[in-house]
Amino acid sequence: MNLNILCYLIPALIMFCCGVYGFITRKNMIAILISLELMLNAVDINFVVFNRFLFPGSMEGMFFTLFAIAIAAAETALAIAIIVNIFRVAKNIDVREITKMKF
Amino acid sequence: MDSVGSIIMYVIIALSIVIFSVLAVTARKILRAATYLLFTLFATAALYFQLDYPFLGAVQIAVYAGGIVVLFVFAILLTSNPGDNSEKLESKKRVTGLIAAIAMLLAGGYALCTRCCDLIMPQMDSATMKTVGETLMGTGYQQYLLPFEAVSVLLLACIIGGIVIARKR
Repeated sequence: MNLNILCYLIPALIMFCCGVYGFITRKNMIAILISLELMLNAVDINFVVFNRFLFPGSMEGMFFTLFAIAIAAAETALAIAIIVNIFRVAKNIDVREITKMKF
Repeated sequence: MDSVGSIIMYVIIALSIVIFSVLAVTARKILRAATYLLFTLFATAALYFQLDYPFLGAVQIAVYAGGIVVLFVFAILLTSNPGDNSEKLESKKRVTGLIAAIAMLLAGGYALCTRCCDLIMPQMDSATMKTVGETLMGTGYQQYLLPFEAVSVLLLACIIGGIVIARKR
C-alpha cells in the first residue's frame, strides 16, 4: 500500500473546514482567532505537500510556509494585543457585544 | 511501497489532526480549545517531519507551539475565567456553520478526488542546513534574502504596534 498525495491533502481539507465552522459559530474573539490559526495551518500543509510531491528538488513551498508562519505569528500577536485592549475597555470579548469602536 | 512503520505513523498523525481540529472548534471551555490547537500544531509538525522537512517541523514547533499557543493561553487567562463554559450555540448559527463547512468539504473533496492523480511520494533527500541557510540568505535565483528582510521589518512593526495598542494610557 502506498501513500499518495490525497492521503495528505484530505486531513488538511478537514482541518480547514473545521476552521471555517469555528470561525462562523464561535462568539469569543480568542476562539475565532484559534479557528483562523487552524485555517492558516491547513494552507501551510497544502504548500508543503505540493512542494514535496510535485517538485521534490526545489524548496519554494517550504519557504513560502516559513514566511507564512512568521506572518501568522505577527498577526496573532497584534490581534491578541487588540483583544486585550478591547477587554480593558469593554470588559468583554464577545463579538456580538462589541459594537462600538470608540473609547 | 511505503514501509509499515511509516504507514502507521501516517495514520496516527492524520487521525490526530482530524480529531484534535474538530475538538478545537467544538470544545466548550476556551482553554481546552487552545490545548487541542496545540495538539493539532504538534501533529502538523510531525507531518512535516514525515515529509522530510525537519527544519520546517522545528520551526513549526518553536514558533507555533512555543510562541503562539503561549500567547493564546496568556490572553485567555487575562480575558476570561478559565472554568467558564461558553454559551450554547444558537441552532441557526450552528446550522449556518455546518452548511458552510460541509459545502466546502464536499466541493474541495470532489475537486481533489477528481483532479489529483494518484501521485506517489518521490524520493528526496531532506535539505541540509547549509542549503537552507544559503537559500534563505542568498540574493540569486530562487533565494530569499529580500522576503527575509521584509519579514524582519514586519516583525519590528508588529512589536511597535503591539506595544502601542496594548499599553496602559
